Amino acid sequence: MIRQVWTRRQLLMRGSAAFGGLLLGGCDRLSRSPSFLRLLGGAEQLTYRAQRLIVGQALVREFNESDLSPIFRSNGTADPNSEHYNRLRAADFADWRLTVRGLVQRPLDLSLAELRAMPARTQITRHDCVEGWSAIGKWTGVPLGAVLNTAQLLPDARFIVLYCADELERNDGGYYESIDLVDAFHPQTLLAYALNGRMLPVVNGAPLRLRVERQLGYKQAKYLMRIEAVASFEGIRQGRGGYWEDRGYEWYAGI
Amino acid sequence: MHLMQRRRGRHYNAPTAPLGCPYMQKPEIIRRHSLATRVLHWINALSVFLVLMSGLQIFNADPHLYWGQFGASPDRALLSVGAHGFPHWATLPSWQALAAGRRWHFFFAWLLVFNSCIFLLVSFVSGHVRRDLLPSRAEIAPSHVIRDIWDHLRLRFPRGDAARRYNVLQKLAYVGVIFVLAPLVLATGLTMSPGFDAACPWLLTLFGGRQSARTIHFSAAMLVALFIAVHLMMVILAGPWNDVRSMITGRYVVPRGRPP
Repeated sequence: MIRQVWTRRQLLMRGSAAFGGLLLGGCDRLSRSPSFLRLLGGAEQLTYRAQRLIVGQALVREFNESDLSPIFRSNGTADPNSEHYNRLRAADFADWRLTVRGLVQRPLDLSLAELRAMPARTQITRHDCVEGWSAIGKWTGVPLGAVLNTAQLLPDARFIVLYCADELERNDGGYYESIDLVDAFHPQTLLAYALNGRMLPVVNGAPLRLRVERQLGYKQAKYLMRIEAVASFEGIRQGRGGYWEDRGYEWYAGI
Repeated sequence: MHLMQRRRGRHYNAPTAPLGCPYMQKPEIIRRHSLATRVLHWINALSVFLVLMSGLQIFNADPHLYWGQFGASPDRALLSVGAHGFPHWATLPSWQALAAGRRWHFFFAWLLVFNSCIFLLVSFVSGHVRRDLLPSRAEIAPSHVIRDIWDHLRLRFPRGDAARRYNVLQKLAYVGVIFVLAPLVLATGLTMSPGFDAACPWLLTLFGGRQSARTIHFSAAMLVALFIAVHLMMVILAGPWNDVRSMITGRYVVPRGRPP
């Protein structure tokens, strides 16, 4: 019988291969553990606080017409295609209203014409998808802060939740997002009704979408229907403040 | 970190006086790495693997690289890695999971930032950088570097007195990773953050845009991966037991000088 003797080198190579395999298998198992993911998610608070401290109220860079993406890519829902949305769309959104509710003194129901009559802001900014790509577009809209000042927030209000007309999956309750008041009152945070000088196309969120320029694409809620001022996310869907947040993504998407 | 031993006088085994036959002397053991270097090295080793693999997971969400301020599927890509990007065994988690990949990535990126700050602080204060890492003028002379490359190609590693310090290729590799690649990866990573861009828009000017920064971030990360591959190969070729033990316990057996 031949006795197999491992040389040091073989032992080292096989040992490290086995160790590596165990490590990676372990990492995969940890990736399925909600409590471990919550631990890793602690870094989000660090990022949020660090960025609020360093970034403050700074504005994002605004670009020139010559920097525009030839085609502004659409992602997520390209057409909500619900009965309700199709009816609004057929009438060029004349019957659409943005309802403002929650912790406000004056609940509002704003038509597109009323929003267009408010002082507008136009900005050419970069849109960054969580997937990694970027597109540059020219947005025109009403600063969200102006709408909130009209509605007059109550002292308890801490977040603005935005509800949308689209569902990414059937009966998911609809897309929604939320931001804090620092971002809500940021001068570049808009309720945008135009892209590149034209009415907002349906693929990009007609009739109204959010632009919150210092965060990633999934925060830029499209097909807005209702905004609500709240004190916390408790009782709102899974309580994490957004559609993708309920599916494991960071609520603070500044990175 | 050969000078640790001189500074602190930690000789585990004093060499016996050479009596005519220098390579019959007892092995000389020195304290090669400080405790800080050893602890930080292993935290780094684990974290770098995790950020690299979770980085590939994030990359796979859009496995194309662009140049400039913008870049998306309607635009021309600089480079695409297949239709789906890197194979599942190279990513963390091994299945497609962008949200979990981002959690791993940013957690260990923060850890690396803290780790690096401590390392830089300790290493500058202790003189580790100046004494052990920065090559001397004589060492970066072309003739010396060429001789060192030639020695490496023949797998002739330093022995005796020369083995007490890092050779010039080692120094250049370490300095390159610590002072060039690591800061570059951090800065390009921050340039990809829409929040951080608002605070430091000059980063966009420096790297030529967010998509350029993403391409540089990926390329620099690949160079870090190349460094790790070469580093591991050199450890194995130079004598893994001695090298690995020295990074765990600090004790390093100085290879005896070659017979004349």
